[in-house]
Amino acid sequence: MSKPDMEAFEDVPGTTLFNAQRSRQGYHLNMFCMSLMKAENRAAFKKDEKAYLAQFPMSEAQRNAILKRDWNEMIRLGGNIYYTSKLGATDGLSFQNLASLMTGTTQQEYADMMLKGGRPVDGNRSKSEWKNRG
Amino acid sequence: MAKLIAGVTTSHVPAIGAAFDNGKMDEPYWKRVFDGYLPSKKWLAETKPDVVILVYNDHASAFSLEVIPTFAIGCAEEFAPADEGWGPRPVPVVKGHPDLAWHIAQSCILDEFDMTIVNKMEVDHGLTVPLSLMCGKVQEWPFKVIPLCVNVIQYPPPTGNRCYNLGKAIRKAVESFDQDLKVVIFGTGGMSHQLQGPRAGLINKKFDNDFLDNFGPHPEKLIQIPHLEYVREAGSEGIEMVMWLIMRGALDQDVREVYRFYTVPASNTAVGHIILENKR
Repeated sequence: MSKPDMEAFEDVPGTTLFNAQRSRQGYHLNMFCMSLMKAENRAAFKKDEKAYLAQFPMSEAQRNAILKRDWNEMIRLGGNIYYTSKLGATDGLSFQNLASLMTGTTQQEYADMMLKGGRPVDGNRSKSEWKNRG
Repeated sequence: MAKLIAGVTTSHVPAIGAAFDNGKMDEPYWKRVFDGYLPSKKWLAETKPDVVILVYNDHASAFSLEVIPTFAIGCAEEFAPADEGWGPRPVPVVKGHPDLAWHIAQSCILDEFDMTIVNKMEVDHGLTVPLSLMCGKVQEWPFKVIPLCVNVIQYPPPTGNRCYNLGKAIRKAVESFDQDLKVVIFGTGGMSHQLQGPRAGLINKKFDNDFLDNFGPHPEKLIQIPHLEYVREAGSEGIEMVMWLIMRGALDQDVREVYRFYTVPASNTAVGHIILENKR
């Protein structure tokens, strides 16, 4: 093993692998989320979100995704769920709340899906199986 | 001499910790989960380990993107519960075992596993939820804990095979430590789950149950599973199951399965749990 084959992971639908490129792209976005582990930082962020975000040298697109709470967009731009979930916690959202937002379902629909055994793997293994999704 | 006598694997879902801390343990949804651990609590209380080596992944609590150790061993006297955005969990401070932890670090490094030594670290739900599940509500944890963090967030994480072999090195280290200690190893995380993106909520009962079936008798089948297969079949966070293989590597080839529990869901996750004992 020398050159890691990261391309193959891109075929898994609805899934973003936190690889080297995304880690570099999302560094400041994720470190902003990390800062929310401190209660005083959460308070400062809530008081003036834009001013707080100005401390972190991230792209405008990343900043907007945070302000709009576009959770999928944050991940597309290099965010990692274990970091963005700290922003979720600041908003009072659990992992399950975030999952319902990222899957475009209501909290109740998502919780019901989980109670019925979760999202099945059949039909969800490859992007080729998602071609006909709207 | 110290002796490694048994291993426990369990999921470490944060919502289980929240249910535990907020008095929701008797709600039917959570009771189903907690009841699955009643025999395990009894087993642990009877087994009375002096030290638990607790393999888990830090979820961007102690480590951020600033430093990403593949394997990190906690060598401190104690470890405080981390604030993960909701305030720290109201559970006891975790007491370490620096003598044994340093011994394992040195032994593993000389065995060519380049461990990161951590002298100051807060511990998150990955470590404290398994303790709550196995010990219940306590004033202090009934044993010392050596945290062993594995990177499973930044790609690539260690392979299953590497984890399994690290388990073997840990076993060697423990059994060359010259104090009479009873040691149990926990491998935590999993089973199938995906927390991110439009595919969140993925559960694969067949993958999980095959994994559980092979875990005791045929670990050699599991250590070959590539990262891609975990992600595709068990969800992006299902990769955590490589940490179970550290626990498995630390036990004998020939083990006795004492107990097993599997339920879906706890929040987004399939909960899996198994207890293995060395036969001798």
